[in-house]
This record gives sequence, structure tokens and C-alpha cells, in this order.
Amino acid sequence: MKYSAFSLLKNAISGHRHWPNIAADIEPKSGYDIVIIGAGGHGLATAHYLAKNHGISDVLVIDSGWIGGGNTGRNTTIVRSDYLLNASFQLKDFALRLWKELSQELNFNLMYSPRGYIDLAHSDGELEHFLTRANAMRLGGANAEILSRRQLAERVPGLDLSDETRFPICGALYQPEGGVVRHDAVAWGFARSASSAGIDILQNCPVTGLNSKDNRITSVSTARGDIECNQVLISAANASSKLAGMADIKLPMDPINVQAFVSEPVKPILDTVINYNAGLAYLSQTDKGELVLGGATDGYASLARRGSFSSIEDTLARAIQMFPFISHLRLMRHWSGTADIPMDGNAIVGRSPIDNLLLNCGWGYAGFKATPAVGWSMAELLATSKTPRLLQPFALDRFESGALIDDAGIGPYPWLH
Amino acid sequence: MLLIPCPNCGERDEREFHYGGNAIRYPELGETKAVWHGVLQQRECAETIREFWYHQSGCECWFEISRNLTTHEFES
Repeated sequence: MKYSAFSLLKNAISGHRHWPNIAADIEPKSGYDIVIIGAGGHGLATAHYLAKNHGISDVLVIDSGWIGGGNTGRNTTIVRSDYLLNASFQLKDFALRLWKELSQELNFNLMYSPRGYIDLAHSDGELEHFLTRANAMRLGGANAEILSRRQLAERVPGLDLSDETRFPICGALYQPEGGVVRHDAVAWGFARSASSAGIDILQNCPVTGLNSKDNRITSVSTARGDIECNQVLISAANASSKLAGMADIKLPMDPINVQAFVSEPVKPILDTVINYNAGLAYLSQTDKGELVLGGATDGYASLARRGSFSSIEDTLARAIQMFPFISHLRLMRHWSGTADIPMDGNAIVGRSPIDNLLLNCGWGYAGFKATPAVGWSMAELLATSKTPRLLQPFALDRFESGALIDDAGIGPYPWLH
Repeated sequence: MLLIPCPNCGERDEREFHYGGNAIRYPELGETKAVWHGVLQQRECAETIREFWYHQSGCECWFEISRNLTTHEFES
């Protein structure tokens, strides 16, 4: 069913009781060409592009939970491509170009709002680094500007630009195309498109084993029986370590907790996304008026999906440095996700030591913005068996060979990325 | 919020500590690249891990302890 003003009117008259189910419960077949483990944004985007770009629909997307119930629904919805290293920039910038068209393509309102992304600098050195980054981005074909304090005062009137703060702001990197996308709509939009192309989506069904023969996965054991397959993609964020372990692959990443919060709604104060860099706090305002805030990781390994208060306090203290009025607000909601952070802080995408097993994990807290580009490229890899140029730098073997992509220059300490 | 049992100071707030990651035992310097890669970077997917903590704002002692990553229960 195509969503339109007419379908809205028709369903309004019948009291919205007859909307079709986006991904109705299915009985899985005994085998599929491709099994994708993980029904988050990345897995579902891969399914969508397999059908749309390659005409492949003999695909099962399977998840132990529900559609978008993992990290796809546990982020702060920010999209941007302000990266210095070319591999990171290219993939995220491709995603940013895809976000623009996706609502039309999926016939589903993803509420992409290119309200701009502002990265604050607190020292001359940091501002110079931003200038390098802006130049790299412009060479790559993206828009990037450096804002002076005066321009910042005009663009973000509520921002505290005084010299009295602990880390005075001296300028910013600005990416006009950056912004926010409604995260759960991304999962549902891709799921609906894949499902209508004939792809099966099986929720609440954990994978319990990967059965292999001659270095190939022959079938996937699930709570609803064994399912044969020609190719398997693990696209399960933090659960990828456990799944890869079923095929005797150890992944170079740690599970780290990341938290985000929403304040009570207030009148419009902020029409952009802004990031405080002296310790990290990123902030945007929803259409309902709530402020969405996120910060750095909790700083140690955790699978608990609940975080520590000290990290909440740190993030809020930084947010108050930017906007002192925030100290009057109450937090309404709070959530945590387990970020799967590799040793160089960048994702693991591509082939594994098992011939027909592919990996897409290690996105840490940077995965949401890359969703459509990863889906597009991963679908190409599954359909053609050739690794697209965009994915080549993200191969698993880079950790052994030393060709790391360490955007932050931190080293093999996932909890610090 | 973690209450971390420091061997010298007893249970203290996590804010006093610096995290040192998995308690890695370095191999011999002459070991192969594959061995070093395995020890430094590859991780077992374990519920309970052995890790290093540094009591930065306390006794300034590094120590090693096991922690369940889901319940955050410590075992020495």
C-alpha cells in the first residue's frame, strides 16, 4: 500500500483500524539465498537495497528482538559527514546524499531535517584542526564552513560565548547538510520496503548456532529450526561478537555503554545540532520541543544497557556550559545502548575468514548516520561478491596488518574512542 | 554507578578510578604478529572479564579484578 493523502483520508474515516501491518509475522522457509542476522537499520537497509538495486528477494532478516529495538532506536538521531580521514568521510558523505532522497524512495517520512551540525572549538589548536577537516571535506565535495564567534552568536543566539566559562568557545566547524533523521522511522521504512519486495522479516527469534562445513556456513540454527543459506551477513552491532564466536571468529572489539537523555519540552531555542568538544555533549531540539542530549561513553566495558550517573552528570555539566538555561530543565527520559567499539574506533565491514560469512559491526556510536550507505554497499557485496571501493578500508584483516582507521588517533583502547 | 572494591581502600565510587581495560598478559617480544594480534586485539565474548583498574584519586594503585559485564558484580 502506497502512503498518500488519499490513503490517510481513507484510513481516518475507518478510524485507523485497517492500516496493513508493515512486517507481519511470517513462517520461515526451510532455506534462503541470503540470511541477514540483525533487523536494525543496517540489516534492513541491506535487505531493501538487495531488492531494489539487485532484484534479490530470497532473503531472510532475522532478529532476537524487534525491528529497530537495538542501537537503531538508541542513538541521538544525528547525521553528518565531518570526518578527516577519507575512508570515514566517503562512506558517511555517501549516506548523507542518500538520506536526502530516502523519504521519497521509501514512501515513508523519515523526517530528515538538514538543520546543520556545529562542532565547537575551544582553543586555537582545535580550530586549526577543524580548518584542516573543513578543507578535507570540501576537497571531497561536501560543504563545510568555519564560523567565527560573531557568526556563532548570530546562528545560535542562546549559546554562552562569554570568556567566563571553563572552556571558552573560540569558533566552530559547520556542516550545513548535517542534521537529524527520525531513527525508528528509518528501521520501519526499510522494513516496509523490504517486506513489500517479498523479503521475510522474522522478529523475536534468536540465532542459536552457525553450522559450517568446508569453511562455509551451510545453515543457521534458530529458535524456530534450522534455516539453510548460501550467504550469511552478521549485522547485529554488539551481538556480532557472540554470533561470530559461533563460527570461531574472535572480533577485535569491546562492548561499551553509551547514554542519551531527553528533557521536558520547551519553546524553540535551538534550530541546529551542536556539539561541545571539551569532553563531548551533543544537543538538538525535537519538533515537540524536547532537548535530546548525548555524551561520551561510560568509559568501561559493559553489557548492562544501563549507565552510570557520573556520565550523565558530566554530559549535563557540559551542556549547561553551552546553554546555562538548561540547568532549570528536568530530564524526562533516558536510555542506554551497548556500542560495539573496535580497537581503532572504526567499523568492521566486509568478508570474514569464513567464505560465505560477511560482517557488518563495530559501528560503536557512529553507525546510525552511515545506515543507507552501508546497506547500499553491503547489498552490492552480497549480490556481486566484489567488495565495493567504499567498504575496502573497513576490512577485518586491517587489525592484523596495521592499516587502522583511527579517526581520533587514540589507539587500541575502545573505551576511550 | 559502580562501587569498585579497591584492595587498599575498600569499595569506592567509580569516579575515583581510571579504567585499564582487559587484563592482558603480553607475549614474548619475539612472538609472531598473529600471536600479538590475538592477545592485544581479539576478544573472547565473555560475560565476566578480568580487567585492570587504577585508583587514581585514592591510593594510586593499579589492581586486577573480575567483573560480570551485565550485573557489574566484582569477584577478586
